[in-house]
Amino acid sequence: MNEISQALPQAQASRVGWFDFVTRHRAILASVLVLVFPLMMPFTALAVNILIYGLYALGFNLLFGYLGLLSFGHAALFGSGAYFCGIAIVHFGLPWYLAIPIGVLGAAVMAAIIGGLAIRTRGIYFAMVTLALSQCVFYLFYQAVDWTGGENGLRGINVREINLFGWRFDFIDPLTRYYFVAAFVILALFVLSRILASPFGAVIEAVRENEARARASGYNVTLTRLITFILSGAFCGLAGALMALHLSIVPIEILHIETSGMAVMMSLLGGMGSFFGPFVGAAVFLTLENLVSLWTVHWQLFVGAIFVACVLFFPAGIWGTLLKWVKS
Amino acid sequence: MSSANASSQVILRTDNVSKKFGGFQALKGISAEFTRGAITSIIGPNGAGKSTYFNLLSGAFPPSSGRVEFDGQDVTNVPQHKFAHMGIAKSFQITNVFPLLSTRENVRVGLQAFVSRYDIWRSRAKLPGLIEKADELLALVGLRDRRERLAKELAHGEQRALEIGMALAADPRLLLLDEPTAGMSPEETRVMMDLIVKLAKDRTIILVEHKMKLVMGISDRILVLHHGELLAQGTPAEVRHNDQVKRVYLGQREH
Repeated sequence: MNEISQALPQAQASRVGWFDFVTRHRAILASVLVLVFPLMMPFTALAVNILIYGLYALGFNLLFGYLGLLSFGHAALFGSGAYFCGIAIVHFGLPWYLAIPIGVLGAAVMAAIIGGLAIRTRGIYFAMVTLALSQCVFYLFYQAVDWTGGENGLRGINVREINLFGWRFDFIDPLTRYYFVAAFVILALFVLSRILASPFGAVIEAVRENEARARASGYNVTLTRLITFILSGAFCGLAGALMALHLSIVPIEILHIETSGMAVMMSLLGGMGSFFGPFVGAAVFLTLENLVSLWTVHWQLFVGAIFVACVLFFPAGIWGTLLKWVKS
Repeated sequence: MSSANASSQVILRTDNVSKKFGGFQALKGISAEFTRGAITSIIGPNGAGKSTYFNLLSGAFPPSSGRVEFDGQDVTNVPQHKFAHMGIAKSFQITNVFPLLSTRENVRVGLQAFVSRYDIWRSRAKLPGLIEKADELLALVGLRDRRERLAKELAHGEQRALEIGMALAADPRLLLLDEPTAGMSPEETRVMMDLIVKLAKDRTIILVEHKMKLVMGISDRILVLHHGELLAQGTPAEVRHNDQVKRVYLGQREH
């Protein structure tokens, strides 16, 4: 059963029945966790942040953990999702239910362009090309002041009320907002889980495992990479669109290189080979940021130290190590 | 032999192919024909250009000049991933499997390439018949009871057998094997040779081999390369008695 629904590509076929169960129903279990999550957090706004960054890291991990390509430019995709969603609302007065798909689509198109240019390179070159292209995207949005607000960010994304077939929800209320975002994240979890269990998911793994062999087996490696890059971009774009609604502003910092770095850190921290690892990484990263910054402004020093410790001593990440531990 | 008959007898043909790597001329204008249904071995001492020639035949890279024809069709510049779909499969000189996938999944992925490559929505478990077919191929190459293991946990000889199982997933008319017994124990080598003879009943096989003695018994035809040139070709007996071959190859300590 292991090869059919493989949450952990590195995991060996498990002889533990319930572990198989968890693997097969990973999307449902992850959703349950997402639903009870705000009750465990000190404040809801942090929980919303974790949800959105978790989705961003999840989208990034499709490329990094499952396909094995390290991108240093995912901020461009996250940011494009946010800006396109925000522009649709601010400049075109479109409702949220159109603005979100526009954000996703915008990010996917951006991914097609960046991916189309970068996908022929490997390893460090791929990381550098994506980094350079994301810097181009940064300046593009930075310069288009009329559309994006430039340095001041895109302001005025005011969604106060969510009207769902006559049911009205107060979007200002933090918990309502959390569950609104959670609904999209859960949808994304199911779609991602499905992609990974699909025939294409098998091709993604095959390409990661051995490019030359995949090619000899009859798979178009370049096209597989490009499609995966676009899918990854779409997930990150959804995260960005939700971020725009959540913040009601798109700060230009969303396109900064630090945002790209965050996806890498969260994935490594949580465990790049696992389905839910990036989410755990996002939760640990942001919670540390919030808690440590309560008593010192040098919170990055502590997060950095923990990150280094994780990479050195738990290369499978927090979640990945936990999974291994539970299984053996 | 009439020309129409001749063309159907030939499955693969290279027409004056050369390959340069920078300033190094690895292959110098090799023209050869490979007979359908036969086992043809390409032999030669180290550095003869065997692997380069193999890579041209299997589409890993195109020649610098010249032409490769498969079944009368020009395949000189066809990209590698299309070869499997035309009916040409290969195994690599260095073991090349998907290490962190199960043995069965290795073969199943190979089979899947002919059924579904870009479907992101259905479940791969529901693709009909692939797992059964994978188990059949694993039984053929003698790995059926190892199917749950990760490919990287297999012994070297088993990995080579797995690679052939993966190549067979393409149900190829032409099977290309690059030193299939490299690094194997005598016992593993014997098993592999038996397997090759068994597979040759239904398909054409071209194999590259360093150890000449090994292929003399099973080959229908032999090509001898030396310094990037085609030194001789013919039946094993003809090649064995060729003076030039004796000089450059057999004169050395025989392997």
